Amino acid sequence: MSKTALLMDFDQALERFDPVLGLEVHVELSTNTKMFCSCSTTFGGEPNTQVCPVCLGLPGALPVVNEKGVEAAIRIGLALNCEIAEWCRFSRKNYFYPDMPKNFQTSQYDEPIAFNGYLDVAVPTDEGVMPFRVLIERAHMEEDTGKALHQGGATGRIHGADYSLLDYNRAGIPLIEIVTKPIVGAGRYAPEVAKAYVAALRELVKSLDVSDVRMDQGSLRCDVNLSLRPTPQDRFGTRTETKNVNSLRSVERAVRYEVQRQAVILTDGGKIIQETRHWHEDTGLTTAGRVKEEAEDYRYFPEPDLVPIAPSREWVEQLRASLPENPALRRARLQAEWGITDHDMASVVNAEALDLVEATIAAGADQAAARKWWLGELSRIANERGLGLEELAITPAHLARIEALIADGALNDKLARSVIEGVLAGEGEVDAVIAGRGLALVSDDGPLLAAIDAALQAQPDVAEKIAAGKLAAAGAVVGAVMKATRGQADAAKVRRLLFERLGVSE
Amino acid sequence: MTDLIKQTARQLSDLLRAGDVSAHEVAVAHLDRIAAVDERVHAFLHVDREYTLARADQVDAKRASGAAMGVLAGVPLALKDVLAMKGQPTTCGSRMLEHWRPPYNATVVERLHAADVVILGKTNMDEFAMGSSTEFSAYGPTHNPWDLDRIPGGSGGGSAASLAAFEAPLAIGTDTGGSIRQPAAVTGTVGVKPTYGAVSRYGLVALASSLDQAGPCARTVEDTALLHMAIAGYDPKDSTSINQPVADMVAAAQRRDLRGMRIGLVKELSGQGFQAGVRQRFEEAVALYTSLGADVVEVSCPSFDYALAAYYLILPSEASSNLAKFDGMRYGLRSGDDGEHSVEQVMGLTRAAGFGPEVIRRIMIGTYALSSGYYDAYYGSAQKVRTLIQRDFNAAFTTCDVLISPTAPTTAFKIGEKLDDPLAMYLNDIATIPVNLAGNCGMSLPIGLAPEDGLPVGLQIIAPINGDDRLYQAGGALEAALHAQWGHHILEEAPAL
Ligand SMILES: [Zn+2]
Repeated sequence: MSKTALLMDFDQALERFDPVLGLEVHVELSTNTKMFCSCSTTFGGEPNTQVCPVCLGLPGALPVVNEKGVEAAIRIGLALNCEIAEWCRFSRKNYFYPDMPKNFQTSQYDEPIAFNGYLDVAVPTDEGVMPFRVLIERAHMEEDTGKALHQGGATGRIHGADYSLLDYNRAGIPLIEIVTKPIVGAGRYAPEVAKAYVAALRELVKSLDVSDVRMDQGSLRCDVNLSLRPTPQDRFGTRTETKNVNSLRSVERAVRYEVQRQAVILTDGGKIIQETRHWHEDTGLTTAGRVKEEAEDYRYFPEPDLVPIAPSREWVEQLRASLPENPALRRARLQAEWGITDHDMASVVNAEALDLVEATIAAGADQAAARKWWLGELSRIANERGLGLEELAITPAHLARIEALIADGALNDKLARSVIEGVLAGEGEVDAVIAGRGLALVSDDGPLLAAIDAALQAQPDVAEKIAAGKLAAAGAVVGAVMKATRGQADAAKVRRLLFERLGVSE
Repeated sequence: MTDLIKQTARQLSDLLRAGDVSAHEVAVAHLDRIAAVDERVHAFLHVDREYTLARADQVDAKRASGAAMGVLAGVPLALKDVLAMKGQPTTCGSRMLEHWRPPYNATVVERLHAADVVILGKTNMDEFAMGSSTEFSAYGPTHNPWDLDRIPGGSGGGSAASLAAFEAPLAIGTDTGGSIRQPAAVTGTVGVKPTYGAVSRYGLVALASSLDQAGPCARTVEDTALLHMAIAGYDPKDSTSINQPVADMVAAAQRRDLRGMRIGLVKELSGQGFQAGVRQRFEEAVALYTSLGADVVEVSCPSFDYALAAYYLILPSEASSNLAKFDGMRYGLRSGDDGEHSVEQVMGLTRAAGFGPEVIRRIMIGTYALSSGYYDAYYGSAQKVRTLIQRDFNAAFTTCDVLISPTAPTTAFKIGEKLDDPLAMYLNDIATIPVNLAGNCGMSLPIGLAPEDGLPVGLQIIAPINGDDRLYQAGGALEAALHAQWGHHILEEAPAL
C-alpha cells in the first residue's frame, strides 16, 4: 500500500466541506516528583534510574496522589475558565502495552478535575487578526507512560526491530490532558485556529509556571482530531486522530493535510475510517496506525487504590486569586501602555523579550530605548553566544541605569555598548564599569573648547564655510573633536559649542 | 522443658522476657516442628532456616544489649505468601511469580521487623488469594491438621494450618471475602479481618483493592490482639489507610465482661441450609452469650441476600485490572520469548502459562463485567448493592454493638470435593463477604466441634467500622467461657500429627 495518499487542493476541499476540529493536548507537569510516587521527574536521566516499586507497578505497591499535581491541574483549569470539580476520582484506563507498567493508566474518566471552560485566541488571517473562542470540554489528570526503544532493524519502529528496551523514567510523570469541545466555524482557517490555540495554550501554561511546555522534549504533546461534513448544517463526519504532532507548525500542517486527504476520499464516495494516524514531521504526511475495528474498550472503573479528590472551595479561590495575568490580556495591556504597533509588539514577543522589556521600563527606562537594547544589541549577543536573553548576565536594572546616564548626557550609544560589554564580562555594576573603563563623556566645556580651537586651527577653511552659512561643514570639526576625545564627547554639545564660538546661530 | 511449640505468643513472650528461653531456641523449636510435619500439612511454601535463625539471633542480641523490646519480640510468625518481603520469595501461590523476589518490604513486614517478630517463612494460599480451600495453589494444596484429607479453608489455608499444626503461634493472613475467617473456622483457630484501612495494604499483592485487608491470626483471641496491635495503624503509603489512633485491642480481649453488650443475630445469616453441627454449636454459643449477660436480639439485613452476587462482580472486575500487570515484561514468568513471537504474543503466552484455572475464570468474568455496555448492569449494580449492605449494617449497629453468625456454612470438606463446582466453593464465604463489601471488621473463633464429623466450627463476630476492639471484647469473653467449659484449648482435641 502506498504511503502517499491523494490530496485535494485545500481551497477546493474547503468549497466542498466544512472541517470540524478537536484538539487534545497533553501537558507534562514540571513537579519535582511523579504523580503517584516520590521519584524524580528530571528529563534525560539514564534509563530506569528514576523508578521505584510504585511507578514500576511492582506487585503490592500502591499510589499516593501528588498534591502539587492536583494544584497545577486546578490552576490550569482556572486559567482556562473552567469549573473545578467539588469531588472527583481517578479511574483506571485498562489496556495492554509494554511501556505501561501496570497495564492500566491511572487517569480520570467521567469525573475530570476541571470542565466547561474556554480559551480566546487571536488567529492571524489574510484579513487581519481574527478573535476566536475555543471551548474547553475538560482538563484532567493522568500519568505518563514509559518509553519503548526499538533496537536493531532499519526503522527504529517496532516492526522489524530485533528487540525492544523499556525505559520507565517517564512512567508516572504527571500529565494534564486538555480536551476541546468540537471546534466548529473555523472554516478555511481551521489550520490557523488549531495552531493559534496550541500556541495560546502553551503560552498560558508557561505563564502558570507548571510545565516546561517544550514540544521538542514532549512536555507538550498534541493530538489532532479532524472530520469533514458537507455543510455546517450536517452531522459530524467520521473523525481521525492524528498523533505525534509535535511542533506548532506541524499542528497547522497536520490539519491541512487531513482536510486534503479526507476530502479526496469523501468526494470519491469513500468512507473515512475511524483510526489513529501518525504525523511524520520529516515528510509532512500522516500514516494509518492501528485501525479501531470497534471502539477501543478501556474498561474504565474508579481507581480503588486512591481516595476521591475534593478540593475545598477556599483552596480553589486562593488559587484563582493567585493566578498570573492572562498572557494575551497582558500583551494587549502593555501594547496600549507603550503605544506601539502590532508589528513592534510581535517583534518583542518573538524575541521572547516581553518580560525583560517590561521590567526595564518598570526600572525607569523609556519603552523605545528598552526595546532597542533588548531586541538589538542584546539579542545579537545572545544569538552569538547561543543563549536566551534571560540567560545573559545583564538585568533590566542595568539597562535602566545605562539609559539614565545617556539621558543625562554622561554616555552616548557607543559608550553604552562598551558598558554593556563590561557588565556582561563581569566587570561589575554599570558605574563601576564606567569608572573601570574610563568611559564617562567629557562634559567640562574647557577641554571641549580647547579641542574645538585646535580643530579650527588645523582646518582654517571650515570656519569660513560655516560663517558663509554652510553649516554642514561643522561635521569635520565635530569629527575631529570626537577623535581627540576618543569618542567620549557628546557630539550635539560639541556642535553647539562650535556655533557659539563662531557666533553663528543654527 | 516446656513444649515451646504449644505455647501461645503471650506465653512465649513471658518466657523470652524472663530469659527462660532465647528467640533462637524458640525459632529452632518451630523450624524443627515444620521440618517434622510440614511434608504432610504443606502449610509453608518457603522456609529459610538460616535467615530465620539469623533474625532470631539479632533479636537475642538486641535483648542482651538492654534495648527496650516489644511484647512480641522473638515470637515466630508465619507470613502469607501474598505480602512482599524483600529478597524472599513472594509467589502468591502462582507460577507467575515463582522466581520473583521483591526489592522492597510490605508495610506489614516492616512493622513485624520493627516489633522484632521472627518470620519463619511464607505460607501457602490459593493462587492470588482466589479460593476457599487452598486447592488452587499452583504448588499443591495445604492439608487440614484435623484431617489431612480435608481442606484448611482458603485462601489463607497455609497460615491457618500452620497455627493448627503448631508450626507457628502467630500468622498473617489477608481477607478479601473471608480468607482469614473461613480458614480460622475450619482449623479451630482465631482470625480477624480488621476494618478496611486499619492495616496498610502497601506490599499486599492486590486481589481486589477495595476489599483486601491484611489481618492477624493466632490460636487465642489475646494473641490475635497482640499481633493486631503490632501491624495496625496509619501508613502514608496507602491512600486508603485510616489516619486514627488504634484502640487497645489487648485490653479489650482481656476485659471478659459482656454485661450490657447488645449482640445481634443476623436473620439472613442464621444458618438456614448450614450443616446441622454448625448450627448446633452456633446456637449453644448464643445461649452462652446470654448466660454471660449479653442482650441477644435478632436483626435483619435483607440486602445480604445479594452480597455474594455483588461480590463476584466487584472482585473479578478489580482483579482483572490488578492482575493485568503480570505480562512477563518486567518480572516473573515469561513464556514464548523465542524470537518467533511478538510482544503481544509473549504477553498472552505468559498469562496462559502463568495463571491457573480459577484466576483465568475470574479475570474473564471481570473483563466482561467492566466492558462498555455491561458496566452499569454489572459493576454499577454491584456497587449499589454494596451501598445497601452498608446501610443494613448501619441500621443493625444502631441497635447492636456486635453481630454474630456462623463463620462458614460447613466444617472442612474433603480435598477435591468442590473443585469442579465453583458456585459451591463460592458459597463457603456467604457469611463473611458482607463484611468486606461494607468495609467493617470481623473475627472468627472456634466454638466447638461439629458432633457429626468432629471438626471445628467457627463463630463470626462482626463490629462496625473502627469498632475492632469490640471483636476482641466479645471474642475474648466467649473464648474464656468456652475454655472454662472444655478445660483445654480446642486444638488439644486434634489428632496428633
Ligand atoms: Zn517511582
